[in-house]
Amino acid sequence: MKILVCISRTPDTTAKIAFTDNNTKFATDGVQWIINPYDEWYALVRAIELKEKDASVIIHLITVGNSETEPIIRKALALGGDEAIRVNTDNQDPFYIASQIAAVVKEGGYDLVLTGKETIDYNGSSIGAMVAELTDTNYISLATKFEFEHGKAIICREIEGGEEVAETTLPLTLSCQKGMAEARIPNMRGIMAARTKPLKVIDPVTVDTYTETVGFLLPPPKAGVKLIPADTPELLVKLLREEAKVI
Amino acid sequence: MNMSILIYTEHQEGKFKKNSLEAISYGVAIAAQKGIDAHALVIGETTAPLPELGKYGVKKVYHLNTANINISDTKTMSVLIASVSTQQNCDTLIFSNTLSAKGIAPRVAVRLKAGMVSGAVDLPENNNGFCVKKNVFSGKAVTEIKVLTSKIVITLNANAFEVKETGGSAEVITIDISAPASTITVTGINKIAGEIPLSEAEKVVSGGRGLKGPENWGLIEELASLLGAATACSRAVSDAHWRPHHEHVGQTGLAISPNLYIAVGISGAIQHLAGVNRSKTIVVINKDPEAPFFKAADYGIVGDAFEVMPKIIQAVKDLG
Repeated sequence: MKILVCISRTPDTTAKIAFTDNNTKFATDGVQWIINPYDEWYALVRAIELKEKDASVIIHLITVGNSETEPIIRKALALGGDEAIRVNTDNQDPFYIASQIAAVVKEGGYDLVLTGKETIDYNGSSIGAMVAELTDTNYISLATKFEFEHGKAIICREIEGGEEVAETTLPLTLSCQKGMAEARIPNMRGIMAARTKPLKVIDPVTVDTYTETVGFLLPPPKAGVKLIPADTPELLVKLLREEAKVI
Repeated sequence: MNMSILIYTEHQEGKFKKNSLEAISYGVAIAAQKGIDAHALVIGETTAPLPELGKYGVKKVYHLNTANINISDTKTMSVLIASVSTQQNCDTLIFSNTLSAKGIAPRVAVRLKAGMVSGAVDLPENNNGFCVKKNVFSGKAVTEIKVLTSKIVITLNANAFEVKETGGSAEVITIDISAPASTITVTGINKIAGEIPLSEAEKVVSGGRGLKGPENWGLIEELASLLGAATACSRAVSDAHWRPHHEHVGQTGLAISPNLYIAVGISGAIQHLAGVNRSKTIVVINKDPEAPFFKAADYGIVGDAFEVMPKIIQAVKDLG
């Protein structure tokens, strides 16, 4: 089985969110970058688990971004994976990014494409489905389990108010979330090995850009908390009904 | 011929989903901006009253009722939805940003060569092209996305737009398009019966480590049941298996934006806030006055949950 794991670079979950250039760019000063948690903890680690069970599994990583994303790819390679591909572009349009990944999938003949359920910065949750459409494969979103036995893929996914189990065959594209795998941290051997793993930089294929980012806004700050004395909590209920009008 | 707007409308057990009604009201509002019509698309057999969707402002309801549609197959669904939209001259497609739409809408966008905005939170602005606001950075900011294509796909966040009834009845048009053969077989569905799904809930009561153990969840459940709210929990609680994983809200769990979020015994770590900070009204009950959650709250009580909660429950009961 040949697996392609899609990796994004995102600001750390605790990073301060601010903007520069008249609110058109994310302020990167002092920002710690991480592998998008869903890509790392669930998509990549599940791929590694599959390889641990079956040594013939090949894992390639892909990221679509400029050279600043390379430390994150090395970090991902330190966890596992055989080699990585970086598509060299700054374009952020979901269709453009999905088209780059799809071109690599077609060229490389991958059986399984894994993404995280969404990035924690763009929160689009759309790349996996777009890649599946562009490569004409089945797509299952928000997968919490993936098993592959005797040519059959068994997937659990979250649905509204529950869970659904489905069977299909490869090739397949999945977006992964909690439940897929247990998060792990890279060990020294992995970190050393990652330095010499191949990281191929390729130029983007030519496709249209469908959307562009105009600017950013921070939500207005909260007016401040209205504290209610602990001995009169019934006042809270009154305020929720009469002032906030939510109950 | 004028293009129109098509809203994919989900249904379950003979009812339209509330989030889909929000999407309809949103689509109807965009149609009004453009001076065109909005229509609904319903897929699969249902006892839900199709003409009644007219009271939310749609002119036609396209009912695609071909036999044996595998609604869990994103490929099948995207082929069907894209076909209807092309046949019926719809250039703008609206979905509610539901769990199932996350699998379908991006595929439809690719099929139609449409620019997509996922998780829209407001009506488009047309002063400088077609621009739509969406949440980014897990609710910590909003971005404005300009769609450069003539066809557009938007998924609307839950609770981001109010359902509006305008009155009227819609013409129902049955469509028969053969669905492509599906290669996905659903072998099981486990639904948690009797609970309000968290992603659809307007009110949520949530508990954290401050409740000390799963045996104390009666306080959360009783208040939730009185308010008609869903129950949720913090990551620490689901990691400790006090509560099931599907109740976990926060950065790595579910992101929600109900009208009312009541957090009991949750300190409000930044990762938790990322999942709930879009809630309209936030109430925090915590015995630690330094809990960071108070900074993000609208109402707060600094006090012991075990003393405060029974009084709140009684006060809600007294409302009748």
